[in-house]
Amino acid sequence: MSAPMPGVPALQLADVHKSFGATRIIRGISLAIATGERHAIIGPNGAGKSTLFNLISGRFAPTRGSIRLNGEEIGGRAPYRTSRRGLARSFQVTNIFPRMSVHENIRCSALWALGYRYNFWRSIDRLRDADERADEILARIRMTDRRDTLAGVLTYAEQRALEIGITIAGDAQVILLDEPTAGMSRSETEATVELIRTVTQGKTLVMVEHDMSVVFDLADRISVLVYGEVIATDAPDRVRASAAVQAAYLGTQPDA
Amino acid sequence: MSIRERARSTGAQITQGRNTRSAPGSPVSADAGAMRTYRSWIAAGVLLLVLPHVPGLDSNFGRSLLSQMGIAAVFALSYSLLLGQTGLLSFGHAVYFGLGAYAAIHLMRAINGGLPLPLPLVPLAGAAGGLAVGLLFGAVTTRRAGVVFTLISLGVGELVFAAMRMLQGFSGGEEGVTANRSRGPHLFGLDFASQLQVYYLIVFWALVAAALMHFFIRTPVGRMCNAVRDNPERAEFIGYSAQRVRFTVFAAAAMFAGLAGGLHAVNYEIVAAEAVGAARSGAVLLMVCIGGASHFVGAILGAITITWLQVSLSDYTAAWQLYLGLFFMAIVLFAPGGLAGLVMMHAPLLRRAAFPDLLRAYAVASMPAVAMLAGAVMLLEINYRLSTQPEAGTRITLLRVSLDAATPWPWLAAALLLVGGFLAFRRTWPGVAAAWQRATGEASAGGAR
Amino acid sequence: MLELVTFSLLNGVVYGLLLFMLSSGLTLIWSMMGVLNFAHASMFMLGAYFSYQLGLAIGFWPALVIAPLLVGAVGAAIERYGLRHVHRQGHVGEILFTFGLAYLIAELVIMVWGRNPIENRVPATIDFPAFALFGTRYPFYKVLMMAISVGMFVFLYLAFKRTRVGLVIQAALTHPQMVSALGHDVPRVFVLVFAAGSALAALAGVIGGFALLTEPNMAAALGPIVFVVVVVGGLGSIPGALVASMLIGIIQTFAVALDHSLLDLLRVLGIPLARTSPFYEVCAIKIAQAAPIIPYLLLVLMLILRPKGLMGTRET
Repeated sequence: MSAPMPGVPALQLADVHKSFGATRIIRGISLAIATGERHAIIGPNGAGKSTLFNLISGRFAPTRGSIRLNGEEIGGRAPYRTSRRGLARSFQVTNIFPRMSVHENIRCSALWALGYRYNFWRSIDRLRDADERADEILARIRMTDRRDTLAGVLTYAEQRALEIGITIAGDAQVILLDEPTAGMSRSETEATVELIRTVTQGKTLVMVEHDMSVVFDLADRISVLVYGEVIATDAPDRVRASAAVQAAYLGTQPDA
Repeated sequence: MSIRERARSTGAQITQGRNTRSAPGSPVSADAGAMRTYRSWIAAGVLLLVLPHVPGLDSNFGRSLLSQMGIAAVFALSYSLLLGQTGLLSFGHAVYFGLGAYAAIHLMRAINGGLPLPLPLVPLAGAAGGLAVGLLFGAVTTRRAGVVFTLISLGVGELVFAAMRMLQGFSGGEEGVTANRSRGPHLFGLDFASQLQVYYLIVFWALVAAALMHFFIRTPVGRMCNAVRDNPERAEFIGYSAQRVRFTVFAAAAMFAGLAGGLHAVNYEIVAAEAVGAARSGAVLLMVCIGGASHFVGAILGAITITWLQVSLSDYTAAWQLYLGLFFMAIVLFAPGGLAGLVMMHAPLLRRAAFPDLLRAYAVASMPAVAMLAGAVMLLEINYRLSTQPEAGTRITLLRVSLDAATPWPWLAAALLLVGGFLAFRRTWPGVAAAWQRATGEASAGGAR
Repeated sequence: MLELVTFSLLNGVVYGLLLFMLSSGLTLIWSMMGVLNFAHASMFMLGAYFSYQLGLAIGFWPALVIAPLLVGAVGAAIERYGLRHVHRQGHVGEILFTFGLAYLIAELVIMVWGRNPIENRVPATIDFPAFALFGTRYPFYKVLMMAISVGMFVFLYLAFKRTRVGLVIQAALTHPQMVSALGHDVPRVFVLVFAAGSALAALAGVIGGFALLTEPNMAAALGPIVFVVVVVGGLGSIPGALVASMLIGIIQTFAVALDHSLLDLLRVLGIPLARTSPFYEVCAIKIAQAAPIIPYLLLVLMLILRPKGLMGTRET
């Protein structure tokens, strides 16, 4: 796990480009996110927000530019390497292990951080720390009563909560959440926002969101992504007031 | 969703929920679960010790059959690690079985030639051989999963089979390599000349192998195998290299397949090129699919069933391979969880009040089903006999009834049974579905959390 | 020497074109539906058997047309009533289904026609020499085989490039989900593709049944090689299938004619190898002996080094 260093941003993107064939999706993004900061990325559909997450987390390799986690280069590295360095991400389309129980889902996500690697000589049921960690996370995402249910039969909101649980299980210091409240009702969204607030206490959070109320509630700073470029990075109020941002959105966003 | 599908998925929900509830993962039931597991193992051990003395099985034939089943069970369990636990479909798993068998038979020859090693240790050579080859081939074949893995396994299987046919010095070609299991140092006076002693040796190693594989599934890497099966991409995002996980389970599966091969060498005292062949790879695939890939017991169940069918069905009908194929297709289409899956689906319903109703519905449905199957069997048997033994004439004896296939009557009777049986069978389906709903409806109200 | 090379080349081309006829259908089915159709070679076998049986009744040329149509109908039924219910189980379920189907079809063939090879002789209407080369006569039916394969390639090419259905299929070859999202009736296209693929395989079987032995094992013998062709040629590419078929066909035909081994090479280089050396047996293997495994070597190498194949447009 890479440790936060004073003065070094937790996540730094320097002139990152990504093209798929001839199509340029990300056109030169430079961004610095400080340790402990809560940073939201907003933008119209097709701006490249998910692609950006995929670049940071290692699903895609950048065509050009560098991505650093606590000063170490992670651009183009395999997802499992970046994950081991302490960066975890959730997915917009729920990406869980459907044939394993909720408890198992989270326990597996905690294994590497707890140091168990490719251990084949100890029964997982004897690993108290893995068990306790999983139960602890279950309590935080309020799914203790669904402990032994198969993840595949959970409701949508429960799966989204599990998604977050899997993401935080490895005690990553930098957490990327991809549209965590997508498709949720008002009350579900509020509960999720509270959950995010508590579980990312003291950690660096980067969040892609469409729901402006969530963004203004949680974020310390907001970056606006349009056509693969960041057109503004600033505190929420200033972003809300920015003419360029308003133009980009053409007033289609509901007020907070 | 059709009624059948709904019933199946409800059953699956209940089943899985119940299973994981009682799995040794929850703190409350950890000890209870462990006790239950130990009891099952001890019961199985006692059963296996007693079986060869049960009347009916206490002949050489019976003990030989039991030995075959034991070997097949170890082989099938190793395959289930790949398919059931990790989702890797291999068409060349016999490579590790066969090469382990060759390692063992050559060691046996060395023992025959004077090497002071007692026979009970020979299967370990099979395991070592399987592991070595598994590490060698696994490094390249597990780079990818899915269809690519399947094709590579097919290619490697064909390559090794061809190599064994060509390298006559090592493999003895089609005729094989022989050894004598009784010529060597005898520990405790055991010369392993009798099938009974060989059976107990097989049972010993089979229990060790099964226990180890059962344990493996519960280790961190075993759990990650399930994760990689369910969602290899997400597994990478929680810190695990999917390829490394696949490689680890592949090596383990190869080792246990090699162990089974070693037992095979001891049992038959001969190993030929067919031990690495496509037919053997196909057989273990059949066993695990029919038994049920996802359940530990499934592989064992499949091994026992298929071994028994292979040995006994061929006595009754020349078309036994055709029936095996139909059985396999039926499982793939209608019961993809295999026999074990079917049992697990019903296990939580056993104590429900509506269960006898369900049994009654099954009984009603089974009558036209039997008629339909009888018609099909008649047609298949008559046809089979006519085309494979044309010189025997058209008089055929089925179940002691003599028929003349040249007349239209047998054909009409068979067609009537088949079509009529099918139509009547179809009429019973809503009844079964309703009974199922009643049985599962009660279960989820009364028993679930 | 020249005679050997010429005839090997000719036979290699014929074999390669036969492989292409088989693999074009499989490429279609696999690229579009993602189904690794283990029963594809079984359709080839059915084509041979059906045309033999029909030929006895109505003569060769009508059988040449009707047998593939019959098998195409069988393929349509398989997809519609069998495979369709297995799609939801994922690729493993589909492979298992087609695997079981191949096994079953072989057993059914045994049930109807028996275990022994049948007397599928070249019918009199096409049994005459086409031309003479180096004093040896080259049979017409092999020329017919080549003509049918080339015709098949042209037909597929035109069907894809010039018709609407062809356009949809072309798109679905590389982007099946997108095509579905655009509103095309993908299940119906699936049935069509499966039927067409099976019919093509059967057509290959009608002719191939003469060149090869017509027996219940012919599907199992040829099946894996067709997979090799599709993998080596690349997913989503008919031209790739053609290139790979010709490559494998020619290489194998030449290999079978070569009676040399590594031992000979070592001897030429002046490195003698003792009979007692452990490597002796391996080096003594003649290329002709090793010929049947060359396709599998290619398969494994290709999958490891370049899973996309020679001309593939996407990975499996």
